[in-house]
Amino acid sequence: MTGTDQIQTTAPGNSMKMLQAMVGIGIICALMIVLTFQGTLPIIKKKKAEALEKAIFKVLPGIEKTKTFQLDQNNNFAALEGEGQEGKVAYAGYDQDGKLVGVAVEASGQGYADIIRVLYGYDPEKQEVVGFYVLESKETPGLGDKIEKDPAFQANFSALDVSLADDQSTLKNKPVTVKNGTKENPWEIDAITGATISSRAIGEIMGASTEYWAPLIHKNKEAFGLKANENKQK
Amino acid sequence: MSNPIQDKPNTGFWGSLKDSPSTDEFIKGLWRDNPVFVQVLGMCPTLAVSNTAINALAMGLATAFVLLMSNILVSSLRNFIPKQVRIASYILIIATFVTMTDYVIQAISVDLHKALGAFISLIVVNCLILSRAEAFASKNTVGKSVLDALGMGIGFTFALFCLGAVRELLGNGSLFGIPFFPENFQEWIVMILPAGGFFTLAIWLIIFNATKEKRATT
Repeated sequence: MTGTDQIQTTAPGNSMKMLQAMVGIGIICALMIVLTFQGTLPIIKKKKAEALEKAIFKVLPGIEKTKTFQLDQNNNFAALEGEGQEGKVAYAGYDQDGKLVGVAVEASGQGYADIIRVLYGYDPEKQEVVGFYVLESKETPGLGDKIEKDPAFQANFSALDVSLADDQSTLKNKPVTVKNGTKENPWEIDAITGATISSRAIGEIMGASTEYWAPLIHKNKEAFGLKANENKQK
Repeated sequence: MSNPIQDKPNTGFWGSLKDSPSTDEFIKGLWRDNPVFVQVLGMCPTLAVSNTAINALAMGLATAFVLLMSNILVSSLRNFIPKQVRIASYILIIATFVTMTDYVIQAISVDLHKALGAFISLIVVNCLILSRAEAFASKNTVGKSVLDALGMGIGFTFALFCLGAVRELLGNGSLFGIPFFPENFQEWIVMILPAGGFFTLAIWLIIFNATKEKRATT
């Protein structure tokens, strides 16, 4: 382009014109973006919340309603009212009698392509992971993305053992990914052939997350249960 | 191969006797100057998101929308934008519409937005859009630019759909997510991987050029 040569020989009046054009276009563009952003924000928020809620219902089979809890600095759970989700949250799910079925929490970690975000349901009674759903992943289509769809892989998480050790603050056995077809113990995750790295990533994500959340949720089991009863009385 | 940069305003349009100038603006993008099969422009999104028919259609329509809107704005501002800053202005205009499209797609479907991922933002640097702004819209009236954008946009969408449909059929055994082949069909995983994009594009280019040659000789 000859643009650079021309700029050096431009008269001052001309640069004023350039400035006007750029600023003018900039203002028009900024206005349009802001309008679209404002217009679509409530819809996007609603859709995202709906998607999350659908996922919660998926990972906690048999629930009728959910309630969001927030973890405070003293590691206690408090019911979260209204909007705004900051810090660490867990979603408790209750059946139609208001009994606690389980708690869904989000976990994330590095996958093969990008960060994988998952949601899983934890049942404090059985001390098991009862459901698993991939919220976000950019794994290779056809190979790594099987972690989202493969029924055999999903079956790993219908009863994944995460029981606590005797001291109630660590896991007896951390969930771990094993080679396809060699799953022997209830805390092992059977990997997918051809998607070893993605499967291992899921194992690591689940291991790290359950190690953190399971003792916390177990300790605060009553907080979730009691809150539900209060709601019922209302 | 015709190069869009060499497209001159009004060249031969008034001279072409069969078509009126306006239909020609529209038709050329569909077939003769098809952005993917003839101009081979915008290959990054073409190859990357054409792994299923739905993704390909959505990407094509998003690009077509951005192309249409930026062509309208560029051609209506063509006498106002000084030559020295034209490229910067075009990019600014294109980026605005891409950002708007990004939000709108997210509002329409979170899943679709997830599937298209980073490639929506990459429409900004799709050379198809910039080349139409620079080569056509900046030198022609709004009406002509609209027709040009519609033709090119539909041509691009059509080409992406051709790729996406073939790749989804062979790689996933379905079309628009509906299973197409009997149960025991073994999917060609390679077709939905990047390599499959290149294979499919090559095959379409062969078909396209072969038909063109045949026509030229007859």
